[in-house]
Amino acid sequence: MTIIIESTLRYAMPLIIAALGGMFSELSGVVNIALEGIMLLGSFTAVAVAYLTGNTYLGVLAAMVGGVALASIHAVVSIRYKANQVVSGTAINILASGVTTMLARGLWAEGGSPPIQRIPDLTWPFRITPFVPLAFLLVALCHWFVYYTPMGLRLRAVGEHPKAADTAGISVERMRYFGVLMSGVLAGLAGAGLSVGLLSGFEEGMTNGRGFIALAALIFGKWTPVGACLAALLFGAATASQTFMQALGIQIPAQFLLMAPYILTMLALAGVVGRSTPPASVGIPYEKGAS
Amino acid sequence: MGNILEMRGITKRFGPVVANDGIDLEVREGEIHALLGENGAGKTTLMNILYGLYQPDAGEIRYKGKPVTITDPNRAIELGIGMVHQHFMLIPPFTVAENIVLGHEPGSKTRLDRAGAVEKVRALSQEFGLKVDPTARVESISVGMQQRVEILKALYRGAELLILDEPTAVLTPQEVQELIGIMRRLVEQGRTIIFITHKLKEVLRIADRVTVIRQGRNVATLDISGRGAPGPVTPPTEAELAALMVGRAVSLKVEKGPAKPGEPVLEVEGLECLGSRGLPALKGVNLTLRAGEILGIAGVDGNGQTELIECLTGLRRPTAGRIRLRGQDITRLPVRKRFELGLAHIPEDRQKRGLVLDFTVAENAILGRHYRSPYCRLGVMAWQQVTAHAQRLIRDFDIRPPLPGTRAGSLSGGNQQKLIVAREIDKEPVVLIAAQPTRGVDVGAIEAIHRRLVAERDRGRAVLLVSLELDEILALSDRIAVMYEGRIVAEMPAEEATEETLGLLMAGGTRSGAEGGVAR
Amino acid sequence: MTGTVETRDPSRSQDQGRPQGRNRLRALLIEALVPIIAVVVALLIGLIFIAITGRDPAKAAEALWVANFGSRRAIGEALVSVTPLIFTGLSVAFAFRAGLFNIGGEGQYIVAQLAAAVAGYAITGLPGWLHVTVAILAGALAGGLWGAIPGLLKAYRGVHEVVNTIMMNYIALYLANYLIANYLKAPGALPVTPEILPTARLAQILPPSRLHTGLFLALGAAVLVYLLLWHTRWGYEIRAVGHNPRAAEYAGIDVPRNLALAMLISGALAGLAGTVQVLGVQRAFYDPVGGFVGYGFDGIAVALLGRNHPAGVVLAALLFGILDRAAPTMQAMAQVPKATIWVVQATVILLVAADQIIRSLFKRRREVAAR
Repeated sequence: MTIIIESTLRYAMPLIIAALGGMFSELSGVVNIALEGIMLLGSFTAVAVAYLTGNTYLGVLAAMVGGVALASIHAVVSIRYKANQVVSGTAINILASGVTTMLARGLWAEGGSPPIQRIPDLTWPFRITPFVPLAFLLVALCHWFVYYTPMGLRLRAVGEHPKAADTAGISVERMRYFGVLMSGVLAGLAGAGLSVGLLSGFEEGMTNGRGFIALAALIFGKWTPVGACLAALLFGAATASQTFMQALGIQIPAQFLLMAPYILTMLALAGVVGRSTPPASVGIPYEKGAS
Repeated sequence: MGNILEMRGITKRFGPVVANDGIDLEVREGEIHALLGENGAGKTTLMNILYGLYQPDAGEIRYKGKPVTITDPNRAIELGIGMVHQHFMLIPPFTVAENIVLGHEPGSKTRLDRAGAVEKVRALSQEFGLKVDPTARVESISVGMQQRVEILKALYRGAELLILDEPTAVLTPQEVQELIGIMRRLVEQGRTIIFITHKLKEVLRIADRVTVIRQGRNVATLDISGRGAPGPVTPPTEAELAALMVGRAVSLKVEKGPAKPGEPVLEVEGLECLGSRGLPALKGVNLTLRAGEILGIAGVDGNGQTELIECLTGLRRPTAGRIRLRGQDITRLPVRKRFELGLAHIPEDRQKRGLVLDFTVAENAILGRHYRSPYCRLGVMAWQQVTAHAQRLIRDFDIRPPLPGTRAGSLSGGNQQKLIVAREIDKEPVVLIAAQPTRGVDVGAIEAIHRRLVAERDRGRAVLLVSLELDEILALSDRIAVMYEGRIVAEMPAEEATEETLGLLMAGGTRSGAEGGVAR
Repeated sequence: MTGTVETRDPSRSQDQGRPQGRNRLRALLIEALVPIIAVVVALLIGLIFIAITGRDPAKAAEALWVANFGSRRAIGEALVSVTPLIFTGLSVAFAFRAGLFNIGGEGQYIVAQLAAAVAGYAITGLPGWLHVTVAILAGALAGGLWGAIPGLLKAYRGVHEVVNTIMMNYIALYLANYLIANYLKAPGALPVTPEILPTARLAQILPPSRLHTGLFLALGAAVLVYLLLWHTRWGYEIRAVGHNPRAAEYAGIDVPRNLALAMLISGALAGLAGTVQVLGVQRAFYDPVGGFVGYGFDGIAVALLGRNHPAGVVLAALLFGILDRAAPTMQAMAQVPKATIWVVQATVILLVAADQIIRSLFKRRREVAAR
């Protein structure tokens, strides 16, 4: 049983952190399907900096900086230049694949890194990476931020009705930049959690769709921190139960369990499993004075 | 009284369009100052500049004697300028208190003081006599209360100069009366109010002074009430104001002979439907429309007119009742079938419904008939025929520029509307449904559209006119029905209707009460 | 959103509101220049990347030439990599015209490959022309159905298609993994279906290259898409729905049906990309164990660069196909990693999507000139 819980938590951790990142962006009104690419860059940066400096903690910090750097492209392109946010996100995902692969080849000749020192595990109450309690701490912090601070109120205002926020003296641009850059910080951190928390090295394309599952968790969790966290745990449990089921001799093919998050999200969006409604103005660039 | 505000030579261009062309405006402290002008004259642009939403290309603003630069709404708020927009700037899922304090929240940076916000809103609402429920969600309160929330929002930010943009557009006559009371009270408590309007009567009824704006320029500033004026004042007449606003003498009357009603062509019985929020919007509507007459539907916005039109045209599904067109039951028919049976529809929102703005004029001219011969044969578009058709409409209705290949979105509002009217009339319908046919268009286009509607009546068509402008209803209709809360509450020949009767009925009064009121 | 801004003075905008004569020509020119400048800038960035990683840009350019134009075979192979990009580019462009964003090309590609491969090896006894037709239709249909699911959800439940198409990509991936692992694998170690029968193959047209008749199908599809969108009532309806669904509804156009139909066609086009790859090049379905092949995502770049017009799509596919084709040669000859191409692609997408960046250059120049 502990094994199941442990592997659920391990699987859910990067999803939780990345989903929180996505939440900041989407609550402010900017769709962020670039989570995948930002995570990938975070994974790479953490390992590369740890490899070059010998300090993994520095690597984690660098992952967040790298995440912000990549997210800032998304921010400028979709906020300042009002480009289609989905297109921009797609481009950033491609860009991240390209840049990490090129740099990884440059750094290590092969596609992947040699094993590096990862962040040491906690020993109590589970033997688990400290990223897991960090993820839960972040959920609490984000919940408090979104619902109990003036900034949180403003962030949601901008995503719901940017013009109303604007006339109330809130800078829509600034709040959206904040939202998107926060998604860079958190998705970068999530990438680090994957490459130097759970694993100990970088491989090409190692996020392998986790950014999209995080997006799914965010939607399934109805754009709330606690909801996204629970959804990520559910998705984690679905994956973790693979080994468990096999041990019990229950015949559910692994691929169906892997599909479960995606199917559940589609059902949630369609209103079959509790209707999920996005922030009212998400995806729409804000034009001052447009009617 | 000194001037609280002076704007000099304000100029604002949007691309090639000059919205404000060297406007001057002086507002005295403690007055109600009306800003009067047609749609598109530049009133709202000027006020958006004052509120920091736009930067002027040229000109100077002096506030309380000092020159100021208003970079953004925050700066305006700091100065003590508040604005209530025509379309309320409220966030539906937030509470009243959250909406009011947004951007200037009580508590610290790290703690949103919700209880404090509610307290403050309560205190403020008592101080100014503006009743609101601070903990209610905005999506669940009435339009009148939403407006009070907007005014409180400005007062909460310490507004001394309040800008109200078309504040009466969404209110019943009773709510308007209440609003006037609120405005007077605010002025007594030392506030100054600028209110934007295009309604002449309101200017004469509410304002101390008025500045008239035409085509981006100010043409006159006149005393109305005499309050604060140096000597005795003769207020202008409605006709004088109208002439100033439009730039020439306007006949507010539409010339038309008596109607010759024929057979009933559209019959509606016990029609019921739900609105967009799932609440009953129509609660048993009965109507009969005859060939050769114009039936006007009067009512305050949001009393079921939109839903009625949508049910008639097939855009909304009724939950009960029947609609018959020339005796045939069309209640369940799709939109296209109804068009084919002789219905035409000038929709109330030309940009959202009436046109595909990215299509050319020619493509828009066949919208709804695009699948039929001669525009389309065996599924293949006959573009030559389409263009020829568009050219004909352009000629007949004087649509400018006269180029079928122009993008519809680049036409002016008046020409867009003429294009829609042309397209719908050209369908030679049995019943023409005209919803807000002249909303937001200039006077020239209004006159042209009104003449066409009367001409259609004279050719034996039935016209159902739905309008929020009482003047338009009174000028065009042969019969008038009043809608209130999803029902037709009264119906009368146009000769018997007066503005007062209709106003009371629109506010939910009874007919006998209304007539009693007139008799007094 | 609603607001009240009086930006337009009706009496004035008639004569001043539209670009006239020379200005109009200028606007058109800028329109065409945006994608060209984007490509040039992106290629420059690629070259800079190559230079700073210590590789020789000249050698990379040489590799690009050799790989695509060095021989009869090279030209054929270049067109082999162009073909699926035309399809996926058309797929994205078509959906765009209906106001939809199909980023589910990857999933549609996979299920179409599966269907085409199965039809190619499991159906026997048909004459060649019929068998290949059946296999093509099977692929198109599978892709179309995969696209129609998010289309139907959008049309009848109002769910935004972007998230659903992403979800469907992964579902397709795992479905393929499952089917190959359990039912469709050919004997042997490789996770691959049995080879398709010769009767299901697309004919080769430029030996010794693998170029196949799928190229003609792609070009034909581009022409058909053009005719459909701009010369039929269905195209008129789809474009009306794409520009303004409420106006389309008002005009009696069945909006949900058109949305679902557009996603069906878009999915079928993406599916055809996978189909011609199986029938013309791969001859079998290879389990995508390593994730997506990328033609679906590339389609977004192709459509965007081609301004969502079939002719533009063909040109953009040519460009990206050439780059794709050059990647391995550049790696071999100049040690330039394949990933450089991705960086170039991403830059093109960003610059075309945020076309205001390039437009603002023109604006500033004009303002300076006006002074």
